Amino acid sequence: MKAGSNLEKILSKGLFAVTGELGPPKGNDVSVVKRKADLLRGYVDAVNITDNQTAIVRMSSIATSTLLLQMGIEPVMQMTTRDRNRIAIQSDIFGATALGIKNILCLTGDHHTFGNQVDSKNVHDIDSIQLIDCVKTMRDQGTLMGGEEKIEGKIELFIGAAENPFADPFEFRVIRLAKKIKAGVDFIQTQCIYDMKRFKEWMKMVRDRGLHEKVHILAGVTPLKSGGMARYMAKNVSGIIIPEEIIDRIVKAKKPAEEGIKLCVEQIQELKEIEGIHGVHIMAIEWEQMVSQITEMAGLLPRPKIE
Amino acid sequence: MIKAEQKPIDEILRSIDPYNKILLSGCGACVTVCHAGGEKEVGLLASALRMARKKIGKPLEVLEATAPRQCEPEFALEFSEMIEKVEAVVSLACGVGVQTLVRHFPKMPIFPGVNTTFLGETITHGLWEERCQACGNCILDKTGGICPISRCAKQLLNGPCGGSSKGKCEIKKEADCAWQLIYDRLNALGQLHKLEEIIPAKRWGVESRDSGLRRIIREDLKI
Repeated sequence: MKAGSNLEKILSKGLFAVTGELGPPKGNDVSVVKRKADLLRGYVDAVNITDNQTAIVRMSSIATSTLLLQMGIEPVMQMTTRDRNRIAIQSDIFGATALGIKNILCLTGDHHTFGNQVDSKNVHDIDSIQLIDCVKTMRDQGTLMGGEEKIEGKIELFIGAAENPFADPFEFRVIRLAKKIKAGVDFIQTQCIYDMKRFKEWMKMVRDRGLHEKVHILAGVTPLKSGGMARYMAKNVSGIIIPEEIIDRIVKAKKPAEEGIKLCVEQIQELKEIEGIHGVHIMAIEWEQMVSQITEMAGLLPRPKIE
Repeated sequence: MIKAEQKPIDEILRSIDPYNKILLSGCGACVTVCHAGGEKEVGLLASALRMARKKIGKPLEVLEATAPRQCEPEFALEFSEMIEKVEAVVSLACGVGVQTLVRHFPKMPIFPGVNTTFLGETITHGLWEERCQACGNCILDKTGGICPISRCAKQLLNGPCGGSSKGKCEIKKEADCAWQLIYDRLNALGQLHKLEEIIPAKRWGVESRDSGLRRIIREDLKI
């Protein structure tokens, strides 16, 4: 075991993992965290805590992850390189692991101009692949990045990263995954999948290189709430592809939200059958109450309890 | 070359508000090429400043001069005689040229007339794009000759990020994704294998501006 987190145990036993996602509040209101976390409790194996996603200032991922630990729910602390240089990154990793956090997701982060502090200076001292390498060095060598400096204590983290098969250039996406594996990533969560054909094509390229045996890939899904949401995401979010027939299905549905859940369940069932997919990452953005139903309908319950 | 854009005239007028006689100094190098601060722009801005001040009943005398390269001391010093006759200088050179005047004319108020924006190339008439951030350790050999430090919004060394779509950057739809360009270029050169290598973190704190003031010392050239 590298970190001994619940997520690591489930994946290393070859069980199909389920992770969720929780966006911290735009302030210090702990009740928001508790409400969302309670909606996910028991339905997922670990919960991603976003790190100022879309560059909107929110409660820090370390603090929110710690609140989850106190509630007995396992967090996956997201960490972006957008806002921290390597001094802050490594210091935060010391702090996070001291507080009991065992999973980290290494990200570059959304560009700061998407957020609510557009005048800020972005950092990007290192990128997400270099961050994976940094965490692995801290964990496996017991030293700071690029240095001889010994760490007091032991860094135990299950290292994750994201991958987006729907961004371009498509052929480079597998090379990038291979680089992340080379850097030392243990698990991958993908961008939300709607274009199943393209995803399967990507997974074939992953298998052709034997990468599916070197890393646990969790397929990302996001249930669509309405036709408007589907249209908006397809048009405005770079790196997300929603095929016309899916938009059509949601737009024409009598009850779009119900149809969105149904579609999400079908997607999970289809993804489960793909060789090399070891779990799903359910990103029910501001719709956490649906995770219980989605996991139930997709036959993912009860979640395994591993000592 | 260095690219610059002229400051709004109101801002320049505010800078020189207390003065009645100024020198407007241009530069014959980079800012001439990007039409921000060469001889032509000096002439146009001088007229505009005179008219603006005349309109409010505070006439302004403007001397005009353009040095071949304002950032070279020998050319900057050619302004000496004119500078003795004025109360302030507005320099249309880049930030470097402004500071060359500052260094050589310690008692003269000197104001910038342009915003120095980037190191870039001319794409076509009227369009310039950033190409270099003078990061101190060139990596163009690793990236097919396309610079991700200046051309990727996140300065990714192992990009592209998830926001690269149809060749464009999600930050500015009119901007090419630097990593798409890198991919295409290496593909054309038959060097895609270069992308498999992890490019290590840059040593910003040693090689770049983050190390404090950068200097180049060439003992062999010292007199």
